[in-house]
Amino acid sequence: MEPNKLLDLYTRILRIRRFEEQVGTLFAQGQLPGFVHLYIGEEAVGAGVCALLRDDDYIVSTHRGHGHVLAKGGDMQRMMAELFGKRTGYCKGKGGSMHIADFSIGMLGACGIVGGGIPVAVGAGLSAKTRGTDQVAVSFFGDGAANEGSFHESLNLASALALPVLFVCENNQYGEFTPAIHAMNIRDIALRAQGYGIPGVIVDGTDALAVYDVAQEAVARARRGAGPTLIEAKTHRRGGHAEGEEAFLGGQQYRLADELAAARRNDPLLKLHTFIVESGLIPLETLETLDHEITQAVTDAVAFARASEAPDEAILYEDTWV
Amino acid sequence: MPRKSYIAAIQAALAEELRQDPNVILIGEDVRLGVFAGTRGLHAEFGDSRIVDTPISELGVAGAGIGAAATGLRPVVDLMFGTFLYLAFDQIANQAAAMRYMFGGQTRLPIVFMTQNGGGIGAGPHHSQPVHPFFMNLPLIKVVMPSTPYDVKGLLKAAIRDDNPVVFLNHLSLGSQRGEVPDEAYTLPLGKAEIKRAGRDLTVVAAGLMVHHALKAAAELAESGIEAEVVDLRTLKPWDEETVLASVERTGRCICVDESYPVCGGASEWAACISEKAFYALKAPVQRISNAHVPIPFSPTLEKMVIPQPAAIVAAAHRVMATTQIERN
Ligand SMILES: Cc1ncc(C[n+]2csc(CCOP(=O)(O)OP(=O)(O)O)c2C)c(N)n1
Ligand SMILES: [Mg+2]
Repeated sequence: MEPNKLLDLYTRILRIRRFEEQVGTLFAQGQLPGFVHLYIGEEAVGAGVCALLRDDDYIVSTHRGHGHVLAKGGDMQRMMAELFGKRTGYCKGKGGSMHIADFSIGMLGACGIVGGGIPVAVGAGLSAKTRGTDQVAVSFFGDGAANEGSFHESLNLASALALPVLFVCENNQYGEFTPAIHAMNIRDIALRAQGYGIPGVIVDGTDALAVYDVAQEAVARARRGAGPTLIEAKTHRRGGHAEGEEAFLGGQQYRLADELAAARRNDPLLKLHTFIVESGLIPLETLETLDHEITQAVTDAVAFARASEAPDEAILYEDTWV
Repeated sequence: MPRKSYIAAIQAALAEELRQDPNVILIGEDVRLGVFAGTRGLHAEFGDSRIVDTPISELGVAGAGIGAAATGLRPVVDLMFGTFLYLAFDQIANQAAAMRYMFGGQTRLPIVFMTQNGGGIGAGPHHSQPVHPFFMNLPLIKVVMPSTPYDVKGLLKAAIRDDNPVVFLNHLSLGSQRGEVPDEAYTLPLGKAEIKRAGRDLTVVAAGLMVHHALKAAAELAESGIEAEVVDLRTLKPWDEETVLASVERTGRCICVDESYPVCGGASEWAACISEKAFYALKAPVQRISNAHVPIPFSPTLEKMVIPQPAAIVAAAHRVMATTQIERN
């Protein structure tokens, strides 16, 4: 990979990591209302796929959506303000963590309903095809969502209509507290592609370069009108399902021990960092400067969010009927 | 009497019913660990065959519950958040709400769809929208919405023993609320309201979280000499018209408060009935207080403006008290 592309990929991952670390801290301090689901450990999936997309390509996300927004090039300040429920946020404080969108960069929304975004991505693909563009639509969703009817209907629909869609399953091996292997009788969700007559590919979701390669082929296939692909990225959720889950689990453990160890071993940021250092493609100080800049940007985003005002009653009634 | 949380009362009701009837099963996502703790600890006693963790497949799980109910079990289907019932809606509306009738009475469906309904915790649009009016609108479905730990235990046990499909709606923000709950087994009849506070001047009709808001409002009104009677419906369908109408006959004024939208919402249903059947007792127009008609926003500031608060009930009470008796000849 060319150094500038590599740096771009690394930047996307690092932006997500530093942002999410800060969000975790803020939540632990009781500064954020509602539920927060972090993307730490899964950054390589969103970054690897979105590095291939144009601004006019579409993505649809999940309840674990901060990473997808940033991977697509979203703005930290507006997202942080949204998490605080402020009027300067992406959705004027009406959406919050589970419902962030940035239509200006083709980010069609996070989604609090598991599997709820998958058909929407199919619709974006249908729209691109009908309008005769070469845009593609990407649906990110979890292993748990692959057990919803919406997943199955969407794969079949996109296949039958040969739509330019990437179905990217982030298999972090749990839906909430239930291991994926207890919720289905197969280990590889990619197998399901066969039933719908589309390619199903398995990739190491902690390896950004591998994700990039696999997505490149799927994007090319979609752009040339050859139809959808299911990509299963095997990955790990570093933390809990939601921040603060210890409080309501009451001491119950659910994480499989060897999986937790594997999660620690397979850090996508560390992996890419190691690759870059060993390949010598980017000077170390460039990476360090980048980290400082991103860390500062996160700090600025928090300051921006804090300084912003809460929405008022006028905003409550805005954005209903056009 | 021992004091328990609302959640602990749910646990107690489920455990007692699972113990007394081997046909009762509990099925849903993460019911073993118990996301809201209401189902926690049951797996240790009742095992895999009675406490069934499922994939995230609401439509399938709800439908499977219906099939199991039609063939001899008494399933409790846990659907976690009210809005997830939208995914199960086809099975509930097209099967559960029709099956017995359209098949000429050949089967009965003793099934409970249990979930957390309503907002107030900053969970955002997809987790906070109240769903009860959809189910009130369906034939053959009973809808229960308890407000206290004592009620939740007695009503849940009755719902599980009922031979009809019941949508059982706990309130998300009442989970840690504590109250007296006997250890002994007891059931409370579905369809019976309870007067949670007596008062001569006006009647407030409510259920779930809104009962607590109504009680707060009533305490405040008492300071200015207005005595509000708070009727907790407890069951939204069939609902206890008799208790409500008798109260309105006494007070002559009525405020209907419901955490749902105004169009075809709970408050609209009650207000229509009262206007129709207690018209000549009314000294002022019946008032409805409902959610603002927008999706439930995330920002706690906005969310508070959407969901009825005690202040709105107090204001409505002053309004109806100020209305002079309508001239009739
Ligand atoms: C329709 C629906 N059912 C259940 C939930 C509750 N819930 C939120 S996230 C989640 C787990 C989703 O698992 P997965 O799709 O693997 O995504 P992950 O959280 O692992 O990223 C569940 C069950 C929900 N939000 N929506
Ligand atoms: Mg998962």
